[in-house]
Amino acid sequence: MAEPLLSVRGLRTHFETPEGTIRAVDDLDFDVFEGRTLGVVGESGCGKSVAARSVLGIVEKPGRVVGGRILLRTHAGDTLDLAALPQDSAAYRAIRGPEIALVFQEPMASFSQYYTIGNQITEAIRLHLRLSRSAARARAIELLDMVGVPQPSRRIDEYPFQLSGGLRQRVMIAMALACDPRILIADEPTTALDVTTQAQILDLLRELQAKRGLAIILITHDMGVIAEMAHDVAVMYLGRAVETGPVADIFAAPAHPYTRALLRSIPTVLAKPRTHLPTIAGSIPMPSARPAGCAFSPRCSEVLGDVCRQTEPPAIGEGARSVRCFLHGGAP
Amino acid sequence: MITFVVRRLLLAIVTTWLISVLSFAIIQLPPGDFVDTYIAQMAASGSSVSAQAAEAMRKMYGLDRPFYVQYGKWVGRIVHGDFGESMEWRRPVLEVIGDRLWLTVLLAFAALIITWGLALPIGIYSAVRQYSIGDYLFTLVGFVGIAVPNFLLALVLMYFSFRWFGASVGGLFSAKYSLLPWSWGKVWDLMKHLPLPAVVLALGGTAQLVRIMRANLLDELRRPYVVTARAKGLTETRVVLKYPVRAALNPFASNIAYLFPFLVSGSVIISIVLGLPTVGPLLVEALISQDMFLAGSIVLLLGVLTVIGTFISDLVLMWVDPRLRQGMG
Repeated sequence: MAEPLLSVRGLRTHFETPEGTIRAVDDLDFDVFEGRTLGVVGESGCGKSVAARSVLGIVEKPGRVVGGRILLRTHAGDTLDLAALPQDSAAYRAIRGPEIALVFQEPMASFSQYYTIGNQITEAIRLHLRLSRSAARARAIELLDMVGVPQPSRRIDEYPFQLSGGLRQRVMIAMALACDPRILIADEPTTALDVTTQAQILDLLRELQAKRGLAIILITHDMGVIAEMAHDVAVMYLGRAVETGPVADIFAAPAHPYTRALLRSIPTVLAKPRTHLPTIAGSIPMPSARPAGCAFSPRCSEVLGDVCRQTEPPAIGEGARSVRCFLHGGAP
Repeated sequence: MITFVVRRLLLAIVTTWLISVLSFAIIQLPPGDFVDTYIAQMAASGSSVSAQAAEAMRKMYGLDRPFYVQYGKWVGRIVHGDFGESMEWRRPVLEVIGDRLWLTVLLAFAALIITWGLALPIGIYSAVRQYSIGDYLFTLVGFVGIAVPNFLLALVLMYFSFRWFGASVGGLFSAKYSLLPWSWGKVWDLMKHLPLPAVVLALGGTAQLVRIMRANLLDELRRPYVVTARAKGLTETRVVLKYPVRAALNPFASNIAYLFPFLVSGSVIISIVLGLPTVGPLLVEALISQDMFLAGSIVLLLGVLTVIGTFISDLVLMWVDPRLRQGMG
C-alpha cells in the first residue's frame, strides 16, 4: 500500500485535573491514506473526539498532547511531526484548513449565529489563500454549489438559523473544504440528522472523496455507518486502538472481544422479533480509573484470567491488521 | 423587522402614557389640593384668602372637575411645554429643573461609557484567563466594588484629592463658571469636573458587568462554534473576539435600558455628597417638601427618558442580533 498521508504513533493526550490525570488518548496508533476513509469507532468517552482534536492541535485546557508522533505529509511534500509543534504556532495554524479540516456533530451549534454563512466560509479562504473579497466570495459560492446547496449565490448571505439541518451540514462540509485540505476529519457528522439526510450527507462525502482523493477520518459510534463508508477501521477503547484493519476483514472476522460485542449490538432487520438486542456488560470506566492489564478485561466475556487483568496486551498482527488481545497470542 | 420596531414603538407609547398617569397620581396623592396648600402658605405668611377667591382659583385651575378632566388639562399644558409651577421655588417647574436634566443625562451617559470601557476588556480578560492571578485580582476588586457603597467611595476620593491636590472636587463646575451662562470655557470646565463623579457612579455597575461578561463568555467559549473557528486556523485572539465575544455582547445591548434608571437613582446620594447639580437631589427635596408639581414632573421626565433609552436599546439589540433582524425573534 502507498505511504500514508497521516501516521499517528503512540499518541497520548492527557488532561490534568485536580482529581488526577485523565488519559483520554493513551498510546494510539493509526494511519490515514489518500482517497480512503478510516472509520474510528468506539463508545462515547473512548477518546475519539479528543484524538481528532489532538491531530488538529485544538485540544482544550487542561488537555495536552504529552507524547507520540503525528506525522503529516503536506501539500509541499515534506513530512511534519505535528505533535512537536506548539498548538498556537503560526506553523500549526497553517495546517488547519489547508491540510486538515474538521466537520462535526451539530451543524447548528458549530456555526456562529451572528454571521452569515458566506462570512464564515470566506474568512478561512481569505486567511489561507489570500484571495480578495470578491474572489473569496466567488469561491465560496462555487463550494456551496459543489456540496449541493441550491441557489448558492442567494444562500451565501443567509444566516445558519435560516437553513435546514441537512443544508447546514452541507455548508459545514463546504466550509471545511474551502482551503483544499487533503484530510477531512468528520466527527459524528450525521448523528444529529434524520436517516434520509444522513444517507445524503454520507453520499456527498463519498462523492467528494472520489473526486478529490480526499482522505477521511470518520469518527462514529455507529457500526452501520462504518460498514457503509469506511475502508479501514480502528476500534477504540479507553484511548487506544484495540483492533485495526480493513473493514471487510474486521466485519468478517472480528478478532477482539470488544469488536465482536460492538458488532453484535447492531440492530438488523433479520433479527428475531421481540428479542433483546445484545448489549455490552458494564459501562465504560472513567479514564482516570483505567483498569490494570487489558482495559476491557472487567467487561470481557472471554477473559483468560489473571494475565488479562495484570498485563497490558501488546499489538499483534501482520500487515494492516492488528489486535491487542491475548486470545491471539503475545501472552508473556 | 418593521413589525418588531412598530411593536416596540407602540409599547413605548403605552408605557409613556402609564408613566404620565402615575406622575399625575403622585401630584394628586397628598390630601388637599394646590389651593389648600396655597391658602396654608398664605395663612403662614400672615395674609388670608377668601373662600370666594379660593373657589375662583379652583375653577381657574380646574380643580373642581373630576380626575380624568384634570389629568387631560395637565397633559394638555405639558404638550405646550408648561409643567406647572413649583410651590416651593415659586417658579415654573421647567425653570427650576433647568440644566439639571441634561447634566443628569450627561453624567449617566459618561458613567455608561466608563462602565462599558472598563467592564468589556476586564470581563474578556477574566474569562479567557480564568483562574489566573489577574482574574483573581479583578474578582477581588470587583467584589469590593460591588460591596462598597459608592457614596463612601465618593467621600474617600474627595478626601484624597483634597489632601494631595488641594482641589475641591465637589460640583460639576468651578465656582467661577457655575453662575455664568454657557460658553466654551464652561463646557471645558464641565469636562474637567465630569470624570470623577462619573467614575464613582460607574464603578458599582462596572463590577457587576465584569461578572456578567465573564460568566457569559465562559459559557460561549465552550461552544462548538469556537472549535470550528479554531479548526479554520484563525489566531486565538481573532477566534475569541470574533465569535464568543460577539455572542456574549448581546446582554450588554439589553443592558442600556436597565442601566439608565440605575444610574439616575444611584446618582442621588452621590450628587448630594459631591454637590452635583443633577435632578436627583432636587427630586428628594421636592418629595420632602411635598412640592408635587416639581416631583411629578421630574418623575415624568425621567420616566420618558427611560422609555426612550429602552427603545434605543431595542434598536441596538436588533442591530446586533441577526435572529431579531430576520424576524425570527
